[in-house]
Amino acid sequence: MTPVILSTDALLFLLLAGVAAFVWHARRHEHLRRPWRHVARSNIGMATAVILLAYVSLGVLDSMHFESRGGMASDDIISLFDVVASDLRERQEKTYSAPFSAWLYTKETLELPDGRVARGYPRLKWGGASLDDPLAERAADIARRALLGLLQALALSAVVYLPLAWSRGRRQRVAVPAMLRGFFIERRGETAWPAFNITLVALLLCGFVMASLAGEYHLFGTDKVGEDVFYQALKSIRTGLLIGTLTTLVMLPAALFLGILAGYFRGWVDDLVQYLYTTLSSIPGVLLIAAAILMLQVYMSEHAEEFNSLVQRADLRLLFLCVILGITSWTTLCRLLRGETLKLRELEYVQAAQAFGVRGLTIISRHILPNTMHIVLISIVLDFSGLVLAEAVLAYVNIGVDPTMNSWGNMINSARLELAREPIVWWSLAAAFVFMFVLVLAANLFADVVRDAFDPRLGRGRG
Amino acid sequence: MMAYIIRRVLYAIPILIGVNIITFVLFFVVNSPDDMARLHLGVKRVTPEAIQSWKREHGYDKPLLYNAGRSGVAFLTDTIFFQNSVKLFSGDFGLSDSGRDIGYDISQRMWPSLAIAVPTLLVGLAINITLSLMLALFRATYLDFWGVVTAVVMMSISSLFYIIGGQFLLGKLLHLVPISGYDTGWSALKFLVLPVIIGVIGGIGSGVRWYRTLFLEEIGKDYVRTARAKGLGELRVMFGHVLRNALIPILTGVVVVLPLLFMGSLLIESFFGIPGLGSYTIDAINRQDFAIVRSMVFLGSVLYILGLILTDISYTLVDPRVRLS
Amino acid sequence: MIAIGRRWLAFALLLPLLLAGCGDGPWNNPYPASDAGRNIYYSSFSERPKHLDPARSYSSSEWDFISQIYEPPLQYHFLLRPYALTPRVAAGMPEVRYVDADGRPVTRDRAAFTDYIVTIPAGVRFQPHPAFARDDDGKPLFDRAHPERYAHVNVLTDFGATGSRELVAADFVYQIKRLAFSRNHSPIAGLMAGYISGFTALRKRLDAAWKQLDTDGEEDTPWLDLRDFDFAGAKVLDRYRYRIRIKGLYPQFRYWLAMNFFAPMPWEADRFYHLPGLTRKNISLDWYPVGTGPYMLTENNPNLRMVLERNPNFHGESYPERGMPEDARNGLLADAGKPMPFIERAVYSLEKESIPRWNKFLQGYFDASGISSSSFDQAVRFNASQEAELSEPMQRKQIALKTSVEAATYYMGFNMKDAVIGGDSTRARYLRQAISIAVDFEEYISIFLNGRGIAAQSMLPPGIYGHVDGAEGINPVVYELLDGKPRRKPLSAALALMEKAGYPGGRDAKTGEPLILYYDTTASGPDGKATLNWYRKQFDKLGIQLVIRATDYNRFQEKMRKGTAQIFSWGWNADYPDPENFFFLLYGPNGKVEHGGENAANYDNPEFNRLFDQMKNLRNGPERLAIIERMNRLVQRDAPWNWGFHPKAFSLYHAWYGNAKPNLMARNTLKYRRVDAKLREHAREAWNPPVIWPLWLGLVVFIVSLLPAVWVWRRRERSAAL
Repeated sequence: MTPVILSTDALLFLLLAGVAAFVWHARRHEHLRRPWRHVARSNIGMATAVILLAYVSLGVLDSMHFESRGGMASDDIISLFDVVASDLRERQEKTYSAPFSAWLYTKETLELPDGRVARGYPRLKWGGASLDDPLAERAADIARRALLGLLQALALSAVVYLPLAWSRGRRQRVAVPAMLRGFFIERRGETAWPAFNITLVALLLCGFVMASLAGEYHLFGTDKVGEDVFYQALKSIRTGLLIGTLTTLVMLPAALFLGILAGYFRGWVDDLVQYLYTTLSSIPGVLLIAAAILMLQVYMSEHAEEFNSLVQRADLRLLFLCVILGITSWTTLCRLLRGETLKLRELEYVQAAQAFGVRGLTIISRHILPNTMHIVLISIVLDFSGLVLAEAVLAYVNIGVDPTMNSWGNMINSARLELAREPIVWWSLAAAFVFMFVLVLAANLFADVVRDAFDPRLGRGRG
Repeated sequence: MMAYIIRRVLYAIPILIGVNIITFVLFFVVNSPDDMARLHLGVKRVTPEAIQSWKREHGYDKPLLYNAGRSGVAFLTDTIFFQNSVKLFSGDFGLSDSGRDIGYDISQRMWPSLAIAVPTLLVGLAINITLSLMLALFRATYLDFWGVVTAVVMMSISSLFYIIGGQFLLGKLLHLVPISGYDTGWSALKFLVLPVIIGVIGGIGSGVRWYRTLFLEEIGKDYVRTARAKGLGELRVMFGHVLRNALIPILTGVVVVLPLLFMGSLLIESFFGIPGLGSYTIDAINRQDFAIVRSMVFLGSVLYILGLILTDISYTLVDPRVRLS
Repeated sequence: MIAIGRRWLAFALLLPLLLAGCGDGPWNNPYPASDAGRNIYYSSFSERPKHLDPARSYSSSEWDFISQIYEPPLQYHFLLRPYALTPRVAAGMPEVRYVDADGRPVTRDRAAFTDYIVTIPAGVRFQPHPAFARDDDGKPLFDRAHPERYAHVNVLTDFGATGSRELVAADFVYQIKRLAFSRNHSPIAGLMAGYISGFTALRKRLDAAWKQLDTDGEEDTPWLDLRDFDFAGAKVLDRYRYRIRIKGLYPQFRYWLAMNFFAPMPWEADRFYHLPGLTRKNISLDWYPVGTGPYMLTENNPNLRMVLERNPNFHGESYPERGMPEDARNGLLADAGKPMPFIERAVYSLEKESIPRWNKFLQGYFDASGISSSSFDQAVRFNASQEAELSEPMQRKQIALKTSVEAATYYMGFNMKDAVIGGDSTRARYLRQAISIAVDFEEYISIFLNGRGIAAQSMLPPGIYGHVDGAEGINPVVYELLDGKPRRKPLSAALALMEKAGYPGGRDAKTGEPLILYYDTTASGPDGKATLNWYRKQFDKLGIQLVIRATDYNRFQEKMRKGTAQIFSWGWNADYPDPENFFFLLYGPNGKVEHGGENAANYDNPEFNRLFDQMKNLRNGPERLAIIERMNRLVQRDAPWNWGFHPKAFSLYHAWYGNAKPNLMARNTLKYRRVDAKLREHAREAWNPPVIWPLWLGLVVFIVSLLPAVWVWRRRERSAAL
């Protein structure tokens, strides 16, 4: 169990640390807290925050890698999530099977007990394996397991919320039922806790029911080689999150540095930076990405001995994809920052600081940088969903993440072919759709709230 | 005005040179001319002489960026980079690596791209403006709320799903339109229906939301309030003032993308087998036909810059207060 | 209300588009309505053909077109099996003569050269083509001297005037010279230099002459007239006879005479396509073929469609009268003796994606189709006796299924130059044998090919001379007999071999280090992932860690050339149905690393090489069979390949498509086909009724959803009025 930190893991943790530091810093500065309180007041903001947090925690869980011994020799690096979901990972069938099915989706030659040979649907190795007669028992079994999951989730919520209500209630001299009412129905104070709590409980219910069912069935069926589609969809979360966040993180330093430099110093610096980003943004993005990905492949095949692990190769490609997506998208942010800096440097206190002979870099770091932060933040949140969607499109052109990596784009790409089958195999597409849609929708809604909170005017024109 | 345009055009030249250098470096790091030759000569039984003569014929036997064997100007001019780039600036795209005239191909494939992009843009614009105007009209009612929610939901769905779903439903299940393909002349119409519908639907979400904010912003302005105070009816206000003024940012936004319509849509064209510039580009990437990719990058950059210039001009046309300097 | 009106306006904008779909017949018909009921064959192509020049084209997708247009002297018999050669545009099979170094006739075993003398029939004419057009003086109409006559031309049909000419022996010789000219990039030039006498010398002379022409001439695209060059390898004997001289013995050469490389090329065409300015307009031999065959290319728009039309000058050929016994039963001899071709026009549409292609086939818009893996279950099921038959929906549409094992082999190769897996040591051999057993290709075929293939016992696929079916033909290293049927040896046998090789449990017995092997592949995409996982599982059974090195095709090729790969997968499609065309893949002097040949495994066994030299010049017979048997045993023991599988081609034909018999060697099969256009018209109408009710439903839903808006509006108006 030696921990392995892949390069994208490291960046993700760096990002988390950055967020944590920001939170710690913001707690003590009223002007930084104010917009966030605005977010917390919004029902949609709180509800989507819960969903995003759930995705993020799955993604983080999937980013803690370590070397594994035993099992298949090839799965050399696995993540904490893989361990948690080892049931899902290891229960491989032979080929396609429908959601909740107990049989394979294709007919095979079966040897009947009396020695005769017939064509039929063989039973699955894992899905519904505990049932003797799935036809008769399956519906009841599914209901029973769903109910069990439901009860577990309710029990957990009770364990969390009842003591909380009790202790809070005692302090505020409010009865427990009234306290619970406050948690879930009536909003007290500014923060939209009911939205938060309701979403959380709903999410718990979903999660537990799914987990309980996934213990016996393939919730979203299996794919061509019998891998559980539910597992693939969950694994894809990390890919989506990383593309959505790391891309912005990677491009941030360049965009900040150049944008502010151009806006502050103007003159030839400004010309140079403008030339740089106009040139870059005038190259069609897809072509730039295609060239870069091909380049990476060449590099990797020339240095094959350095990338022996499949996971590491895929990881490097993901990182590279983030970098190149960053290069194609930093120009917008850079332009915005330049414009904002141009405005800020005319402000009186900046002019005053200049008059006092304060050095340029000091002015930038004291006065300008902090005041452009809201632009950075908004652009991070706004770009997120677009990047997640872009991943799917790139996979179609074969220049997305590594084909061995789980991602929604890869799932959709292979599901395209499955749609032509008859009977049609729809579950891979459905699973990718559901998981991607929930994330993107939540991100879009959350981004709206954040934008409104920070700067109601700025989001204009970005839809 | 003329002076400004000329200056902008001159300013485009260093940008295009930069674009050329970037693509050139990227693609030749990937592919040595040897690789390209091998790719184009096929798989079975390729001899080294065949590769050499292919390279000679396509002008890839020269050094890439500088020619150490020559002195003076030829140090830079007798190279693959210079030979190929200079021609681009004169509008001569040369021959593709498989031996076809790229300029001719582009002039042929431009029309299918436009045949999809222009109707998609116009129909999309009409629908988006109508819907967003309606939302603005019903602002602060539950209709507005659900309209915005629907818009967000629609823009959260990957465009791939629209394409896959549309093809499956209209083409396969309902037999309403051909599943894919293209034809020339009027018979192209039946092939265009589905791609255009999908293109429009895919753009509704973000379009409606953006236009709605534009309308709302306009509604919040003083002159609208004045107009209303004068006792003008809601509809008169909407169409007489709000729509007219909000159209300015909408149309200038459209002007930016106008030239890029030529480039076509990568996804839709390759899904529906439409022989436009988008699928041309994708094919070139897959076949690693560097000459085509370089030409398309160049064309894309030229059109992008053209879009920027057109936008600036259109600003001055609609708003005399803006001066170009 | 005006807002709603605008919505209607938008809807009205869409309507004409919808209406455009409604003509006669099905709405989703991708072809012009005027073509309905005509004797047209519909097919597709997935990638733009790169070369249509017969000297250059070497891929099956290109041959699908040019084989209908160009006519080499010989062809494969359409119906007979095993594959047999028959004359195509020759008065008989070529006459073979053996001569010594001075050209005197000798017996076969003393021969220094083999002469093939081909006689062609008189009166064969080329298709109408502007290259043959002549002005009133009998001079070529389109000439360098008169550029104004073709200045306006954009596509070939713009030339207007056409002409034709009788085919003569010199046209065949001209084409063989074209093969030697390095500017034509013929892929077989290197190979032919080894067989045809004087080929290399001609090549050098041509190149020198070209250099001279290129530097001297001021002309834009100079033309080198190959008629001026004397060539010992190919000589015109008289107007209708020519001779090809082969070094030593190469009995397989007659198979080459059935390939498009040896089709006639009129010098006028070569001259014509070198007219200045035509290349710029994409008018070249690579795009507009000139042939004598049953069809000619009339529309060449590789971005959209290619259209073949019947050649009015075709010399005529009649449908074969002999066939296999079952052919008569299957109605394949109904047309015996009738003049071909039967089909007027063939339309090939560009269809890059497999799904639309498959769906269009089901809707009746393509006449024939292969079966892609994803649609396999839809089409085919296996009956109780494990034979493939069509699924019920297919049977209802009266679609016919034909299967045949391809003359191809896909294998997993071991690089014999590698230190671990290669070489002649017993240790490495046991390791290779163990892997051969463990990698279960039966499973591969059933998972990834839906059973469309058979596991290979040797390199020779069925239908190739030397292939042995059933129990006698099994590979004794990997298979054993169980109840008289071959069965893959159990894993325990492989594990025992691992132990013998010194890797018990996948670890080196001495060092205790786990054995890591490298697999180089170009596989990518969704299916690639599944395949690679499967390979890893197979090696995992032996405890071997398989590291996958995925590269693009170029790098893969480079690795193969340098010999840095360890394990790889590759395939070979037979050029001609002779065992020599397979065994040479393991012939030592063909080694990829040292000699740049096709022997990618770099296998070099002196005994095998000797047997190969012996076998290749023998005629089919017991002696040859015995040597083939010995060669098979040798390589099965050495296991430089894991023998992989021979793919099986499944093709589907609609009921209206006649005279369909898979022929894996012949590509010129369009002329035999027949189409019942009336039946097709009925089927298309029956299968594609437009379903309109969802549109009305959508409209109703739309209107209903507007009601609340109207209601809200009314209320607001009322409140405003108050």
